[in-house]
Amino acid sequence: MTTRILIVAEHDGARLNASTAKCVTCARALPQAEIAIAVLAADGGAVCAQAAALTGVSRVLRVDHAANAHALAATWAPQIAALAKGFTHVFGPSTTFGKDLMPRVAALLGIPQVSDIMAVEGAHRFRRPVYAGNAILTVEAPADSALVGTVRVASFEATPAGGSAPIENASPAVELPTHTRFVSVSAGSTDRPDLQAASRVISGGRALGSAENFKLLFSLADKLGAAVGASRAAVDAGYAPNELQVGQTGKIIAPELYIAIGISGAIQHLTGIKDARTIVAINKDAEAPIFEVADLGLVGDLFTILPELERLLSQR
Amino acid sequence: MSRILVCIKRVVDFNVRVRIKPDGSGVVTDGVKMSINPFDEIALEEALRVKERGGAQEVVVTSIGPSECQQQLRTALAMGADRAILVQTEVSVEPLTAARVFLELTRREQPQLVILGKQAIDDDNNQTGQMLAALWGRPQATFASRLELEGGKATVTREVDAGLETIEVDLPAVITTDLRLNEPRYVKLPEIMKAKKKPLATFSLQDLGIAAAQQLKVVRCDPPPQRQKGLMVKDVGELVAALKKKGVL
Repeated sequence: MTTRILIVAEHDGARLNASTAKCVTCARALPQAEIAIAVLAADGGAVCAQAAALTGVSRVLRVDHAANAHALAATWAPQIAALAKGFTHVFGPSTTFGKDLMPRVAALLGIPQVSDIMAVEGAHRFRRPVYAGNAILTVEAPADSALVGTVRVASFEATPAGGSAPIENASPAVELPTHTRFVSVSAGSTDRPDLQAASRVISGGRALGSAENFKLLFSLADKLGAAVGASRAAVDAGYAPNELQVGQTGKIIAPELYIAIGISGAIQHLTGIKDARTIVAINKDAEAPIFEVADLGLVGDLFTILPELERLLSQR
Repeated sequence: MSRILVCIKRVVDFNVRVRIKPDGSGVVTDGVKMSINPFDEIALEEALRVKERGGAQEVVVTSIGPSECQQQLRTALAMGADRAILVQTEVSVEPLTAARVFLELTRREQPQLVILGKQAIDDDNNQTGQMLAALWGRPQATFASRLELEGGKATVTREVDAGLETIEVDLPAVITTDLRLNEPRYVKLPEIMKAKKKPLATFSLQDLGIAAAQQLKVVRCDPPPQRQKGLMVKDVGELVAALKKKGVL
C-alpha cells in the first residue's frame, strides 16, 4: 500500500527549519512513501526551493497568502486540512510550531494524532515516549483512516539535499479567520548555534546562582562552538531566557556532546537529553541523579572547574 | 455572566517514578499518588486570578475520568473554583474525545475563556486545547506565559522555540498554559472544609451525547533504553583527556 504523506514546512519566511528535513526522514521510513511538503508563507519562493531539494520529496505545494506571514495555527490549520485531502498522513515537527498547529489540523479533519513519533514500525504503527520518556508506547492507528503525526526531531537525522521536486502553486478555498492576530516576537540572540541543531550543548542549572554567573557558560560555549541550554530551575529563577530550557516541556535535543553544569538531573530534564551521544555532568553533589545518565562525571565546585576547563580547552 | 472553564486531568503525581506493568500493557497506577496535572493547576490559578481582578464572575472546573477524579475536583474547589463538573467514565479518553466533551460543556456553560494545561504529564500528548479550539471554531493561544484581558480581547505571550511570541485573540478563546504563567497557591485547611459544600455535578459521556471512540490502540508499553553507567573522573585534566579519547573534542 502506498502511503501519501503531507509534511507542513516549518520556516521563518526565508529559511526552512531543519525540523522539516527530519520529518522527511521519518516519512521516508513509512512503506512506499510518497512525500509532499506544504509551504505556507507570504512569499514562499526561497523556502519552497529548499524544500524541493530534499531527497525523497516528490512535490512541494506552495501556498502564498499575506495571512500566512506568521504561523498562526487558527489561520494555517484550515488551509492544511483542505490540502490534506487524498493524503494518508499529515506530519509536522514536534517543535512549538508543530505542537501548536497539528492538533488543530487533526481536529478539523476529525482524525487522531500521534504525538512525538520517535520510531516508525509500519504505516500505522509508531513508537512514542510518555511520562517524560520513562515509558515508550507502541501505538497503532486505524488503517482505514488518515492520521496526523508530530515527529520527535531528536529521534531523526535530517534528510540531505539532493532532489529537485516540482513546485506547484496551491490555493485552498477556505475562509480564513480574523480572530487571531500576530503582535510580535522577541527572539533571543541569534549569533550562537541553534540549541536544537547544535552538535555541542552546554547547559547550566540553578547552581549557577545568578544571571551574571550564568554568563560564564557563554564564554566556554564560544570556545567549543556550542549552544547554551538551561534547566527549568535556571529559567524559573530568571538566570536564562525560556527558549534555552531543555527538558520534557522545553526542548528535546540530541547533540554529540552535552555538558550539564550544576544541573541535578530531574527526570523532566533527563528526558530532554537522553538522545545525546556523550553526556558530561559537573556537579558538587555526588548523589545527583544526573550522574546516573552521564558518560563522564566530575564532582566538584563549578566555579573552580569552569575557569580551569576553559583554560585547558584554550590550550588545545 | 462572564465565566471561565478550567479543564483538569488526574495524573500520576510528578514526583512519582513510574513503573511499567510486567505484562507491558501500561504503567502501574494502582496505589500510586495521583494529583492534578501541574499545567492544569497553573490554568486554574490563572482563572482564579482573573476572577479576583474582576475579569470573571465564576470559575467552573471540569475533569473527565473515573469517580476518583472527585478528589482532584475537590482540591480545585478548595483552591477557589466555584463549582465542578465531573464527566465520569471508566474508559481512557483520547484527546479528540476529551475535546468533544469540553466542546459540549462550552455549549452549556458559554465561557469567555477555557484554560487548560498545555499537556498532561502522563501521556504528554499536547493536543486537547488545540483540538477544542478547532472544534469550537475559536482562537487558541497555546503555551501561555502571560495573559492580559481587555475589552473582549486577550493578549497572550507564548513560550515558543524562538523566544516569546505575543498574539492577540478575540474572546471567547482557548488558552493553554506553560510553566511560568504563575505559581499556584497552596490550599488552606478551612478552604478544604468549605470546598466540601460546593456543587459538584456528575455526567456520563452518554449524558453529553459523546461516544468514547478509541482510535489509537496501545500495542505495548516498554521501559526506555537505559544509558550505561559512565565513568567518574577526578579532575578537569582527566575530563578533557577522556573527552579527547572519545573523539568528541
